[in-house]
Amino acid sequence: MGRNSRRSLVSRLSRSVTYLLTALALIPLVLVLSFTFAKGLPSVIHPEFFFNVELPPCEPSCPAVLKAGVEHAIVGTVIMVGLAALIAIPLGVLSGIYLAEYRSSRWSTAVRLACDVLVGTPSIALGLFVYGFLVVPFHHFSAWSGSVALAILMLPIVARTAEGAIGLVPNGLRESGLALGLPRWRVSLQLIVPAAAPGVITGALLSVARAAGETAPLLFTAFGAHLLVWNPNQAMQALPLTVYKYALLPYKSLQAQAWGAALVLIVMTLGINLVSRWVLRRQIALAVQQ
Amino acid sequence: MSISAGARSISRATRQSRPRDGFRRFVAVVATVVPAVLVLIVVNLILQARPSLQQFGLGFLTGTQWNPAVETGPFGALPGIFGTVATSLMALTLALPVGVAVSIVLAEQGQATVRGAIGIGIELLAAIPSVVYGIWALYVLAPWTYEHVEVPVSDRAASIGWLGDPAPRGLFTAALVLAVMILPTLTAISRDVIKAVPRGLRESSFALGATWWETTWKVVLPSARAGIFGATILALGRALGETIAVTMVIGNQYVIPHSIFQPAYTLAAVIANEFTEATGTIYPAALVELGLVLILVTLTVNLFAVLLVHSTSRQARLG
Repeated sequence: MGRNSRRSLVSRLSRSVTYLLTALALIPLVLVLSFTFAKGLPSVIHPEFFFNVELPPCEPSCPAVLKAGVEHAIVGTVIMVGLAALIAIPLGVLSGIYLAEYRSSRWSTAVRLACDVLVGTPSIALGLFVYGFLVVPFHHFSAWSGSVALAILMLPIVARTAEGAIGLVPNGLRESGLALGLPRWRVSLQLIVPAAAPGVITGALLSVARAAGETAPLLFTAFGAHLLVWNPNQAMQALPLTVYKYALLPYKSLQAQAWGAALVLIVMTLGINLVSRWVLRRQIALAVQQ
Repeated sequence: MSISAGARSISRATRQSRPRDGFRRFVAVVATVVPAVLVLIVVNLILQARPSLQQFGLGFLTGTQWNPAVETGPFGALPGIFGTVATSLMALTLALPVGVAVSIVLAEQGQATVRGAIGIGIELLAAIPSVVYGIWALYVLAPWTYEHVEVPVSDRAASIGWLGDPAPRGLFTAALVLAVMILPTLTAISRDVIKAVPRGLRESSFALGATWWETTWKVVLPSARAGIFGATILALGRALGETIAVTMVIGNQYVIPHSIFQPAYTLAAVIANEFTEATGTIYPAALVELGLVLILVTLTVNLFAVLLVHSTSRQARLG
């Protein structure tokens, strides 16, 4: 075999390997999704799945019927993520405005760095922090503290995506507002942020999806509950906590509930993710039209 | 470009001529929440860990005992540190070739729909909650790898100690899940830096008669090297801090295992499993100190990675 044909053979082979590895990367996605659907669907379609909130007295012979609904976990997740969003999104968007509009200042560089580092902070450490910061002083676990932990998780995501979206707004808009004599806060809040809205909303939605799926920050803050709780001053259940706790128990019925809860969770997070993608695509399409 | 640069200098001039910009001050104060939280986290964890810090000093880092049955321990972090570092490095070794391959494919020209679909697929990997990876790994991946990877490998390599004694849960399974979970982090940045390699460079290489592989391996990847390295470090940071999925498959044995298939423990997993049940003074403080070790390591790793990625992307913009 000649030298050149060997070279092209090597090239073709390695190219195939590259594509093969790419295909390999997508296998876990398919497997996780298909197993969660296959194992979760039988639980989810069971009429008792959502509404039976009685935790079964799991003595050695746990009843074979499904007897631990996830209604309280879904309500808890919605409440806690909602509260976290109320905290994190205004703070995050304002921080994003600061980062984008005053990007040259030295302090905004420091804030940006802090955001990027905070994003990578282990979520279990956030749980420990909020435990010491909010649970210990008030002497009880609460949904509030869980929300604060989730908000800390969301804040840097919202801030950095808002910064990115605001940075894409053409400078002309800013200048025309200033030229009309508008004060800077009106230019930012009434001209720039609306123009960047799709990107800002995308970031907020992504952070909500991320927070909805987090378990570790809730373990020592919201703690979990066996019943439906509406009061954010009390310990509260969340979907990820249900999955985590039931999956590790040796009872088939509760494991089935865990798979069902995992399915609800994955549909929620992937759904929010895809919606946010769609919102962003619309902004890009609009920008292209203009 | 020059217009907006001019506009920026004009707006800077107006800003300087206007002594007070209340709005600027307001958003600056709001934005300060982020660094403030970061500092608060570290300070708060140090305060919570104080009883343990005082009791064990630096010996905590090298101690191998973990004895919650006795109030004063002893407690040591070494097995947890080992498990954390070992799973993360194994995950990186597994994920890096795949991540770079995906990035190469995604950065190529043409067939935008196929590449878009692959890209979305990889990004959705990041959207799957950690606990869902956990339950999947516990009931699907772990039994499968035990039967089809661990047992055959240890049978064939019986003489190699660190490949022996397979167990249904352990370091290897945890590393496998971690590898999947850090793949999106690796790919997102690597794809961008590979895409940023000037087209002329690639085309010159092809024009000189180089094959696809020679161009990729000797031209494209070397010029994207710094960015890929940054992405790797960032992924390492993610892997070190990942909690729930690892907790469910690591096996929860507070030892330094002799084989990669044996059960172990990571810092985050110990905290997740034991913190709510920890009583007394020293025991919870020791758990918080594990968290402190974890957060200081991840902060350092992330800071390094972020600075690296920022500087390479700045170079890419300038060059």
